[in-house]
Amino acid sequence: MDPFLLEAVLNGVLLGGVFALPVLGLNLVFGVVDVIWLCYAELVMVGMYIVWFLHTQAGWPLALAFATCLPAIAVLGLLLHLLVVRPLLAAPPINQVLATGGVLFVLQGAATLVFSTDFRSLGVEMPPIELGEVFVSGTKLAAFVAALLGAAVLWAFLKFTYVGTAIRAIARDREVMPLMGVDPHRIYLIASAAGGALAGLAACLLVVQLDVHPFVGLSFGPITFMICVMGGLGNMLGGFLAAFLMGLIVSVGGFYGDTDMSYVVAFLFFILVMFIRPQGLFTR
Amino acid sequence: MSGLVLPVAVLAALACVPLLSPPDYFMHLLVTGLLTALAGTGWALMGRYRLVSFGHGAFLGIGAYVMGLLWNYYGISPWLGVPIGVAAAVGAGLLLGYPCFQLRVVGHYFALVTLAAGEIVRILIVALRDVTGGSLGMTPHQAPPGGAFAAMQFDKAGFWWVALAAWALGLLAWRVLDRSMTSKALAAIAEDEDAAASIGIRVTREKLKLTMLSVALAALAGALTGQYRMYLNPESLAGLGISLQIVFVAIAGGMYSPIGPTIGALITIGLEESLRVAFGTQFTGAAAFVYGILLVLFMIFLPRGIAGLLERRAAARPGRRLAGAEGTVPAVQPPG
Repeated sequence: MDPFLLEAVLNGVLLGGVFALPVLGLNLVFGVVDVIWLCYAELVMVGMYIVWFLHTQAGWPLALAFATCLPAIAVLGLLLHLLVVRPLLAAPPINQVLATGGVLFVLQGAATLVFSTDFRSLGVEMPPIELGEVFVSGTKLAAFVAALLGAAVLWAFLKFTYVGTAIRAIARDREVMPLMGVDPHRIYLIASAAGGALAGLAACLLVVQLDVHPFVGLSFGPITFMICVMGGLGNMLGGFLAAFLMGLIVSVGGFYGDTDMSYVVAFLFFILVMFIRPQGLFTR
Repeated sequence: MSGLVLPVAVLAALACVPLLSPPDYFMHLLVTGLLTALAGTGWALMGRYRLVSFGHGAFLGIGAYVMGLLWNYYGISPWLGVPIGVAAAVGAGLLLGYPCFQLRVVGHYFALVTLAAGEIVRILIVALRDVTGGSLGMTPHQAPPGGAFAAMQFDKAGFWWVALAAWALGLLAWRVLDRSMTSKALAAIAEDEDAAASIGIRVTREKLKLTMLSVALAALAGALTGQYRMYLNPESLAGLGISLQIVFVAIAGGMYSPIGPTIGALITIGLEESLRVAFGTQFTGAAAFVYGILLVLFMIFLPRGIAGLLERRAAARPGRRLAGAEGTVPAVQPPG
């Protein structure tokens, strides 16, 4: 196999790992609360700014900045739920989506006000790792491993804890669960915080690969929504697999043509999937 | 006949605005406001029947870029280029809409498919940078001396009349739709698609008619905006950002009233400009920040927008009928 193609495939898998985290977070929130957070990528953007600011401006060690970012974005997710989503729980879904679209503007505007539109770089780079005849970026590999770990922790949380079981149950049937003694609002809060924490983790992994600017969310936001829908909204495993599929399309497409066109191909693929299997690629 | 007097009088009065020779800046705001209102009107036509598109920016972009490319590369005047651009956008709308409606992609899924479509157009414009100028944008060539009219290159007053005509066309389209059987069919479809289909409404066909109308107005707004600014840019004419702004215009003003998007456009432009004047250009984020907060507040407290508030006031006053209420079918009512 052509080593450059192999490298593109490998990079696609790594990219899929990075897409996977926000996809899992979005699916978690959608599956439980039944609301699409249109501003999800902007939560990630805020997290990236937090890490960048704490590390380069305040001089904190990177690990401490990461450790602060996670709970901070979890709190942001909570606030989003309490201030915006909760008053709209009974509203038509479109009103909910548009309200979170408003939050997208708020976060972009706030980031522009505070940090201006300059591109900020963390300036952390790990040496590339040689695998046979292929070079892989060390930062991307580390981010990939961290993404898989995050996904595994989420899976264990949902599978083995009492709260996780309640979350899965409410995603299955939100009418009956309250009758079984589960307080849906408490579960909504936990899911929102967990969704936020996943955005925070995604921010830590992205900030080492991308420069931060107020509109960075628009560069990976749309594709994460598409991956969610492709995997089946609310379907964790489907979204996880679709993330790798999209990562491969983008990366291998970029190998044959230029990167922009590979996104066009990926989006067209998404539209096709919508027409062929609107319920999601991996839904039984 | 009496229903015609008021609109004609308002239009005539608006057409006289340039004769008062207002300052250029003021005219600029008015022209921008009307074109924004037109895009919002197009979006609201679909939005009020629960077809929420997050990709209307795509149609603005197609309209504008088809027109601009025809002028720059083939010397085809925008007088022809604008209709061709609108036709191209309508074609794209049909291409996207037909499978969507046939395969019943609705609700969240429709919103996300249109979002993808909007992004595709934006990225295509960026990727074809050799032709379109990419993210740096594109400037239509200046018309040769004496050929300004033929190239649709006017001063602000001239463009005011063009924009006014386009805006009036949008309101006319709204009114024609409101009085047609299509609007009744669409209201039924928005309530319950299966029930509507079971009483013989051809769901796909009715939705496609609506989409064509909505897309045409958006594309017209996009093409005229590009021509007015004499500058085309993928970020301001395609993609998620501009699509959401159109949505904001329609929602804030009220998408259930024909005049709602215009109110929304005036608020949006007014807000943007007053923030710019108040804070200067280094606070560019302030407008987006305030927009966002308003959008959230509108969704929570005033989902029918400002026009909805005004209508409620008018309806509450006894002995007065709602302006233009006769013969109109109330579009989908949001609960509460």
